[in-house]
Amino acid sequence: MSQPNRIAGGQIDDKHALSFRWNGRNLTGYAGDTLASALLANGIRLVGRSFKYHRPRGIFSSGSEEPNALVQLREGAAQEPNTRATMVELFDGLVATSQNHRGALEWDLLAINDLISPLLSAGFYYKTFMWPKAFWEKLYEPVIRSAAGLGRLSELADPDIYDHGFLHCDLLVIGAGPAGLTAARAAARAGCRVILADEDFRMGGRLNAETHAVADMPGAEWASATCAELASMPNVRMMPRTTIYGAFDHGIYGGIERKTDHLVDSAGKPRQVLWRIMSKRALLCAGATERSIAFANNDRPGVMLAGGVRSYVNRYGVAPGQQVAVFTNNSDGLRTAADLEAKGIAVSAVIDARKGDAVIDTSGRKGLRSLRLNDGRKISADCLAVSGGWSPNVNLTCHHRGRPVWNDSIMGFVPAGDLPPGLSVAGAANGTMTLASVIAEAHDAAKMIACDLGHARGAGVAPTSSDETYEASAIWHVGGSPARAWVDLQNDVTTKDIKQSMEEGFQAVEHVKRYTTLGMATDQGKTSNTLGIAIMAAASGNAIPDTGTTVYRPPYTPVSIGAFAGRARGKDFRPFRLTPSHEWALANGADFVETGMWLRAQWFKRPGEAGWRDSVDREVAMTRASVGICDVTTLGKIDIQGRDAAEFLNRVYSNPFLKLPVGKVRYGLMLREDGIVYDDGTCARLAETHYVMTTTTANAGTVFRKLEFARQCLWPDLDVHLISTTDGWAQFAVAGPNSRALLSKVVDSMDLSNEAFPFMACSECRVFGGTPARLFRISFSGELAYEIAVPARYGHAMMGALMQVGEEFNAVPYGTEALGVMRIEKGHAAGNELNGQTTAHMLGLGGMVSRKKDSIGSKLSERPEMIRDDGLRLVGFRPVDRTQMLTAGAHFLEKGAPADMAHDKGWMTSVAYSPELGHSIGIGYLKRGGERFGETVRAYSPVRNQDIMVEICSPHHIDPEGERQRG
Amino acid sequence: MRYSAFKILKEALTGNRGWKPVWRHPEPNPEYDIIIVGGGGHGLATAYYLAKRFGLTNVAVLEKGWLGSGNIGRNTTIIRSNYLLEGNQPFYELSLKLWEGLEQDFNYNAMVSQRGIMNLIHSDAQRDAFVRRGNAMRLSGADAVILDRDGIREKCPFLDFDNARFPIQGAIWQPRGGTVRHDAVAWGYARGADERGVDIIQNCEVTGFQIENGVCHGVETSKGPIRAKKIAVCVAGSSSRVMEKAGMRLPIESHVLQAFVSEGLKPVIPGVITFGAGHFYVSQSNKGGLVFGGDIDGYNSYAQRGNLPVVEDVCEGGMAIMPMIGRARLLRMWGGIMDMSMDGSPFIDKTGIDGLYFNGGWCYGGFKATPASGFCYAHLLATGAPHPVAQHYRLDRFLRGAAIDEKGSGAQPNLH
Amino acid sequence: MIIEHPLLGPRDAAEFVYLGDAAMIDRPDGMTVDDTGMHDYMYLRDNPAGDIRELWYHEQGDRSWLVVTRNTITHEITKVELARDVARRSGRSR
Repeated sequence: MSQPNRIAGGQIDDKHALSFRWNGRNLTGYAGDTLASALLANGIRLVGRSFKYHRPRGIFSSGSEEPNALVQLREGAAQEPNTRATMVELFDGLVATSQNHRGALEWDLLAINDLISPLLSAGFYYKTFMWPKAFWEKLYEPVIRSAAGLGRLSELADPDIYDHGFLHCDLLVIGAGPAGLTAARAAARAGCRVILADEDFRMGGRLNAETHAVADMPGAEWASATCAELASMPNVRMMPRTTIYGAFDHGIYGGIERKTDHLVDSAGKPRQVLWRIMSKRALLCAGATERSIAFANNDRPGVMLAGGVRSYVNRYGVAPGQQVAVFTNNSDGLRTAADLEAKGIAVSAVIDARKGDAVIDTSGRKGLRSLRLNDGRKISADCLAVSGGWSPNVNLTCHHRGRPVWNDSIMGFVPAGDLPPGLSVAGAANGTMTLASVIAEAHDAAKMIACDLGHARGAGVAPTSSDETYEASAIWHVGGSPARAWVDLQNDVTTKDIKQSMEEGFQAVEHVKRYTTLGMATDQGKTSNTLGIAIMAAASGNAIPDTGTTVYRPPYTPVSIGAFAGRARGKDFRPFRLTPSHEWALANGADFVETGMWLRAQWFKRPGEAGWRDSVDREVAMTRASVGICDVTTLGKIDIQGRDAAEFLNRVYSNPFLKLPVGKVRYGLMLREDGIVYDDGTCARLAETHYVMTTTTANAGTVFRKLEFARQCLWPDLDVHLISTTDGWAQFAVAGPNSRALLSKVVDSMDLSNEAFPFMACSECRVFGGTPARLFRISFSGELAYEIAVPARYGHAMMGALMQVGEEFNAVPYGTEALGVMRIEKGHAAGNELNGQTTAHMLGLGGMVSRKKDSIGSKLSERPEMIRDDGLRLVGFRPVDRTQMLTAGAHFLEKGAPADMAHDKGWMTSVAYSPELGHSIGIGYLKRGGERFGETVRAYSPVRNQDIMVEICSPHHIDPEGERQRG
Repeated sequence: MRYSAFKILKEALTGNRGWKPVWRHPEPNPEYDIIIVGGGGHGLATAYYLAKRFGLTNVAVLEKGWLGSGNIGRNTTIIRSNYLLEGNQPFYELSLKLWEGLEQDFNYNAMVSQRGIMNLIHSDAQRDAFVRRGNAMRLSGADAVILDRDGIREKCPFLDFDNARFPIQGAIWQPRGGTVRHDAVAWGYARGADERGVDIIQNCEVTGFQIENGVCHGVETSKGPIRAKKIAVCVAGSSSRVMEKAGMRLPIESHVLQAFVSEGLKPVIPGVITFGAGHFYVSQSNKGGLVFGGDIDGYNSYAQRGNLPVVEDVCEGGMAIMPMIGRARLLRMWGGIMDMSMDGSPFIDKTGIDGLYFNGGWCYGGFKATPASGFCYAHLLATGAPHPVAQHYRLDRFLRGAAIDEKGSGAQPNLH
Repeated sequence: MIIEHPLLGPRDAAEFVYLGDAAMIDRPDGMTVDDTGMHDYMYLRDNPAGDIRELWYHEQGDRSWLVVTRNTITHEITKVELARDVARRSGRSR
């Protein structure tokens, strides 16, 4: 019979049937059901197995606090483990399976753990598995790991899209139960911009689960009407299915909105949206969560929280059992009997602990069958509604490391004084437990907030409601049976575990938590922490306030990792920065390489070339033989202007800059303030008060940042201004013996002879009949070379035009690989050499650091360990056997010396194959390297399976006198 | 009491009532030979090795909260010895060797799990840097292997090899790296030290130092004054505020590092994996949760909590290399106080005040150093000389220009 | 976190880059300071558990350096000034 436990009424639509599949069985539910309510309606009580003992587990609650009913939802790549059935909105075509069992759920093979449970008491794994030593990795740990965890990832990429959003408001109301709805309405009427968020798909909170009346109508109806009113107001944003999961600094709250989790598939729409909500004020109306009572075998399927039972009966139209008993230690639990009877469900007993009655044991391994009371009676029941009291949901109030305080009159922890700034609390979350007082408190809180924010419109009047009293008692644990009594249902933590842990000296609440794992499961102890603390207090003889709580941390309920990542997936993880000639390069056979976020042409393949070496060797050979063109736009460019520009440069570079003539470029050695070489580049003086600085690609942004620091913080009255122009100018290296000839056909009316425009000259100019440009005669390749810059929007055209003019010289485009080969041939330091650990002395440039002026880093560059004579020096290497290829990262050892760190003499930083020399070359740092030319050392690279002898030489492998670039 | 499977069986058969307290809760004596300030991983390890290896037991560990409540109680549990520089690598290799024998040494299962650590490589320059590092590791006697894409795919088929913004080009892999159950480390060392007579005093905060004429004679605490010949501070992120009471300023800034755990999952991540083109590293604990983290937030903080940009950044990094984790849920996020030093490397040294010693500056890498830090600190306290592998961890190294700067970031703590 | 920029109003901290203690403004003269003086400037920090004055750079905004007064325990920001103004007030000029 379909849905044997379905009863009339509730907020489900019994005209709208939905089909779903559970553990392979086809079942029916209704729109408005959760998976949990639909399972219960179909008479299914066993839904999972506990973590350690694999005991049968049933649905315990009706909310996000659910510790037991964790299911694997959906299939394939969308499969989602550990999903609370109580929070899954039923949809047509839903597929779910149970978790954490070997073999069928009903016959879990690992249930054997329960039989050996005395061996598995708290912390047992710390006391064993140590011998034999090898067995840990080979046997014990693999077994532990395979038993650990609950659900399973599909190991396929998450197929869904997630979005990030930003919202601003005057008041964020967290929770849309009676407190939240009242407050939102009052604040909105007063004129505040309000966001009202609730984790449920139907706002109303406990009003939907209970039978209280508000404003002379059923609570659920009032909730519905109030929602409609709020939704119609332009200054209100309603956010159901949205959990406010964390309170962060400065009024920023994190929210997660579930957009398509209640649909059979997302159809390409974002599955969830991660919201960052910036609110002037926030009001926590998150209500309270019910907790259990500890008694023997209180964990069987069918033992449920009383409030949850009422929710299933009243909201979902489901009888959780045919014979329901009620066990409570407070006045609220008694409502359950009345609600059950009103729906014609048999109540087999009402056990009020305050009167001295108690349940001391239960039976029914796969599902509750009967209870035993302390007076000896045996009661038949297939469902036991337990209420151990209500714990205010204080979590967000403690996200800034506050702690709640204990309140004896409600037997719960309530928010204390040190709340996150701007956050206040109203309702059960504040320890106000009865409906009329909740509504009054929320209304007043909202009025006060509206007033504080300067919204003077009338907030209206709070609605009336039925009143009640709440009487709690300090009855936590029932004795009278030697069997285990559960506290944490998911992690299988019992009262015995807590007591044992304290006997073993783990007495602080944090120690008990970590040793027993109480409160560390996916529910983070929502239904068990307070109970656990009370038991600890009893065991230690301390009062509950002295025992204290553990730390509350975000997220309030778990949030999908995909949501935090948002759209930055796959290729969109980071932006692509493209050079101005990117399209040209793409069309001309380029393979690209990442340089930070830039894509740069690495080489340009010609038809017939088999591997990258063919292309690179050709590019190098042709550039050195005739002319090559390379896009060097990515290197940083900073425009520096002002009357004090020269003085400024003189202070930020370690070498002198005051006397750089107009029309000249100078190499600039920039140190970090701690004396380490930070960046090197050039600085060109285009005019009296106008310079252009270049930096390496990687440091473009950070050099600019440091210069601005110097300008604004160190010397605020120097007349100097900086503009980052890296993206503003497209820049191309034109290198090789025919570079002058090529550029003579490009640059308008300028004498480019060696006399008129010598090495290290610079000038503004025009190209191709009037386009503004800048020309710099600098050389990274060691050849006669220039760099020519045009405004970036002409970059693509410029590349094409240069290549066209270059045709007569057989000009080649060259990429970063050839660029690298040439600079290594010349012994120029670049990123591998300037790695943040390099001194000027290591580069052989110690003399460049002027001692006659104060510049950034000069003082600390003189520290003794940094100027040692026997320190590392940048030198060149060739393989003794010229047919061998050097590897970067090899360490240098003396021949015959032990291969250990004490004998480590340095390392190879960069290597390349030199087409000109016909063999592999390298540069690197070697202790006393400058004195050792001609000697040999071992280049030791075991991770590359290489150990060869290399010859030490000058790092300037070709044209050491630098004649070519000066020609 | 010695722990073993037999003991568990015996106790199981007699109702688990015979377990003895893992440590005592003594009141402090008026005087000790050595006081260790800080009952975290390093402090407890120091006490253990003082007692076990050097026979010094007239020692007290003073902890302001509950034992192990500092960073030892919340970290991403990784152990490895894959450092680059001579000042560091031999130290971390010693630490890894101590990890390997730890459980047998202190008879407590810390679940030292050496399932390997894999650092992904995404560019040639990065590969060259890792080759340099791998060779340094081998020179120090540690293990290092360079893997190609196929080698990585064999171990971790779920990584994104096809659609990544920064494609995986290779990895450096240390087979002996892995994870350890962090709480067990604190408890194991505490138990071992306590057994041998060390007093571990919890809820005892040091409020001042008794210093006269450049000599430290003891401490003022919330439980009264306690004298000692040697006072050894190791309080990680609280270093500055404790040493300030001795009139010292340190080359340290305190920063927040966030870490995260997911809900428990069946085994899916075999070892430790780190992303090379973003801030993300992950492992899977023996309880099934994915333990992961990334970069520090970047601003000075003692708040022990961070903000959202880092959470998003870390998860972006995770999804970039293993997009399967989108369906897993972040269960809990923490923040700790990291003692970020000016070169990213620690200090284990005497101070300018006789009798006062300092151990700190571990940045976010202190957990793996726990055994060697304790061992070397004990060595310094017992013999007066630094252990050879820790000889460079001096407070005056910046004065001399001898920074131990693995990343090459310079004197800016939040870049390390 | 939100930083109230003195010119631009409230900005998300993610637009900024953090340097550290505003004591970095007080750079000694490299020609006259002794080794200890430069070392202390570069390497030693108060690192307070409480209010700190620190330097933030508005890299994704107007590229101004700011001195922010913030509590390192609560993260509460009580003051934000242009670093240039702070530098000038402490006597820095050319």
